[in-house]
Amino acid sequence: MTDLISADMALLILAAAVATYLTRIGGYVLITRMKTIPPRMEQALNAVPAAVLTTLVAPAFFNGGWDVKIAMLAALVVGIRYPGLLLLGAGWAAAMICRHLLGF
Amino acid sequence: MNRSEFKQGVKGGLIIALSSAPFAVLFGAVASDNGLSVMEAGLMSATVYAGASQLVGIELFGHHVAPWLIVLSVFAVNFRHILYSAALTRYITHFTPVQKLLTFFVLTDPQFAEAVKRGESGQGVSFRWYIGFGAAIYFPWLFFSVIGAFFGRMMGDPRSLAIDVLLPVYFLGLVIGFRSKPGFYPVVVASALGSVLGYHFVGSPWHVSIGAAVGVVVAAFLPLSTDSVPANAAAEMES
Repeated sequence: MTDLISADMALLILAAAVATYLTRIGGYVLITRMKTIPPRMEQALNAVPAAVLTTLVAPAFFNGGWDVKIAMLAALVVGIRYPGLLLLGAGWAAAMICRHLLGF
Repeated sequence: MNRSEFKQGVKGGLIIALSSAPFAVLFGAVASDNGLSVMEAGLMSATVYAGASQLVGIELFGHHVAPWLIVLSVFAVNFRHILYSAALTRYITHFTPVQKLLTFFVLTDPQFAEAVKRGESGQGVSFRWYIGFGAAIYFPWLFFSVIGAFFGRMMGDPRSLAIDVLLPVYFLGLVIGFRSKPGFYPVVVASALGSVLGYHFVGSPWHVSIGAAVGVVVAAFLPLSTDSVPANAAAEMES
């Protein structure tokens, strides 16, 4: 093929990697500089996982077509009662049915 | 310190690796489509190691956007990790400095979710478990990215294989897993509204940070829950 790796692209990728690493260690640096964690801040930190993951889910649901909406609803129904991989399977199967059998 | 902790971590990580493999292949395929060489795609997976932001970065490479803007967008998509590392800190106070540097390098969404779940359950987060889990995701991610870059143009339409729904469905499963936590419903509703409105009025990728910030602020102003664990209780449980 062409050149294996270009200097410009390598620099750009490494800059993106540094930016990413800063976000990954940033919260640790911030939190260890504070002596104690106020209870409200702690409650806020406890909410972080659900809050962030929701932002990856909600727009996908609302911007997606009916196939995506049905797939996510199917996954939700299954996921309330059964563990992770079954939920993934239910969502995938629902999307396949919508696209190949129902023509969404 | 025992070997079974490491094995347990690897086992848990391989499940994630399996469900993220299609995204790694997708990333590799899109990367080669946008003019990256196989080595460049591999370098990105090895050093950035953050799926959604890698895809955003690749998308912008293809549009000849200014380099600083690409780096800023990657930063924005990954901004949530600041919150992750802040929330994770209480469970890893017993790690050595070098272990911590490695810990944060592999801090992905599932890694965070599983580590917090383990910490909250009182099992404790050991470095062996954590790094086993991380390695079991990292190396397959790199491997499948390179595979995807090699065979990018041969892969069928990801839509007709329903590969595109796997990611949101997977994240949905993680959200459901937190439903018994205090304040879950107000936080999820606030984050959902914040991210959907952010998506429409500000645009991607900022909706992630906006929605998360709204949810976290709502959590901070909810009545204090009585059963919240003190900051260092989890650390004290460690042997």
